[in-house]
Amino acid sequence: MVSRFTLLTTGGAVLALAALAGCSPVEDNAAPTASASASADVCPAGALPTKTAGKLTIGTDNPAYEPWFSDNDPKNGKGFESAVAYQVAQRLGYSPDNVIWTSVTFNNAIAPGPKAFDFDVNQFSITPERRNAVDFSSPYYLVRQTVISTKGSKIANAKTLADLKEAKLGAQVGTTSYQAVTDLIKPSNQPSVFNNNDDAKAALVNGTVDGIVVDLPTAFYMTAAELKDGIIVGQLPQVGVPEQFGLVLDKGSTLTSCVSTAVDQLRQDGTLAVLEKTWLAGSGGAPELQ
Amino acid sequence: MTGSHKPSDIQLERVAYRRKRAIRSTLLAALSTAVVGVLLYLGVTGSPGWERVKASFLDWDIAVKALTGRDNYPSILSGLWLNIRLMVICTACALALGLLIAILRTLRGPVTFPVRALATTYTYSFRGLPLIIVIYLFAFGIPGLRLQGTPSVTVLGAAAIVVTYGAYLAEVFRAGIESVHPSQVAAARSLGLSYRRTMRHVVLPQAIRRVTPPLLNDTVALQKDVGLISLAGPIDAIRAAQINQAGTANFTPYVVAGVLFVLLALPLIGVTDWVTLRAARRQNAGN
Repeated sequence: MVSRFTLLTTGGAVLALAALAGCSPVEDNAAPTASASASADVCPAGALPTKTAGKLTIGTDNPAYEPWFSDNDPKNGKGFESAVAYQVAQRLGYSPDNVIWTSVTFNNAIAPGPKAFDFDVNQFSITPERRNAVDFSSPYYLVRQTVISTKGSKIANAKTLADLKEAKLGAQVGTTSYQAVTDLIKPSNQPSVFNNNDDAKAALVNGTVDGIVVDLPTAFYMTAAELKDGIIVGQLPQVGVPEQFGLVLDKGSTLTSCVSTAVDQLRQDGTLAVLEKTWLAGSGGAPELQ
Repeated sequence: MTGSHKPSDIQLERVAYRRKRAIRSTLLAALSTAVVGVLLYLGVTGSPGWERVKASFLDWDIAVKALTGRDNYPSILSGLWLNIRLMVICTACALALGLLIAILRTLRGPVTFPVRALATTYTYSFRGLPLIIVIYLFAFGIPGLRLQGTPSVTVLGAAAIVVTYGAYLAEVFRAGIESVHPSQVAAARSLGLSYRRTMRHVVLPQAIRRVTPPLLNDTVALQKDVGLISLAGPIDAIRAAQINQAGTANFTPYVVAGVLFVLLALPLIGVTDWVTLRAARRQNAGN
């Protein structure tokens, strides 16, 4: 005799199977391909098809934060991104006099739709999702990982990676920051791992960890705005797959390849490295830990 | 019964019939299990995405590396050692705390009202509070006070688990205590036992025996939840699996950790079933 229970379980299994068959997986879409167009010859110096003929309009948010800009004034050429923007302009054949700055909020700059700028510089990470709405230039900055701590902590004066060996460090799970702890610093204490940077920050404030590793932009923000007595101990060497910052252009802009070429040249001739040293690692910035 | 006993024909027929039914139902069970198993196997392995699922959930190399640790990823086994230590300590402490609170809640007399009220408030609050929040409050709140001699976050997280599970266990113990018939207490008191000795020798032994299955059940639940301590920073087995998963973009480490947790819980689950069965047999001894 087949009991009711047997019937029930068999029925359940059949139902589960039906459900399984019902959710056959969606096949992968072909990855959206970034279209690199336009040959290199169409970048006549100072005569690009810009918003205003003969002028280059560059967007950024207001306020524009240190150390990417200085004194909330992109026009002064101080701060890393302001300096990069002027160098790119120079390469494209626009003297500083022919650069116009315009204020565009972060979200507006990456929203689809007409743009009020030729390119925008505002610590935009290059992501496939954003590529659906805008163009990116070649990366002008590879985000570095940074150790931050609080005044008076035992690693506050660390100068080298070896100085951090004995520290109790924390980082967010699954991030390049955590990778930097285990691959570069290799501390003798097991690092603390947190669900997010806010938890890590709380642990730092409580003193349950001596320092935490975050990316440099986050480090600047945390130490300036969020942490009382927060200090940047220093930048770590490049590790893992870093986040990349790119200049934002309108989707399908004819300028994209010209701007990318300019950025590539700045990287190759070492200008970007110099600017990074000057504005990000220099006075008040984040010194390098070797 | 004597050796000359011969079952009647009807009895023999009955035995034979029963045996036939037993064989038949065993065969049926085996057949239906086989059918369901084959259908499941075909359904899963025949699905268009099976190869992909197999590659990202059942990769042997990744499983071995995640288990033993490699490069700079923590090993799941060393994380599991933290889980095991926490399980043993937290279970013992939570059982003790639960029993204490249950006894306090069942105290009689107007003088002990404040104690009862406190114990009741405790069970009400901590059964309602999600464990995650308690761990956050303990592991991030208490060190924030910056008091001298604050224990490590691991100890604080363990305390959060003990306090939360203590509240559940207290209610189970209380149910057990209250299930002992009042006549038992009356009889014990009339024999001249004090309240304390009545509890110890008459009420609690019966109460605890009655609620052993639910107590063990809560203990199994505690075993899994000790992993939430990773919220506070320490790397337990699940966190180790998560880090391995993030590093390899493969979910096999989770499967490995899951299997380990099941293996860990099996003995306790077995004991629970056995205790439940024994209790049921004893209670229904007449039937």
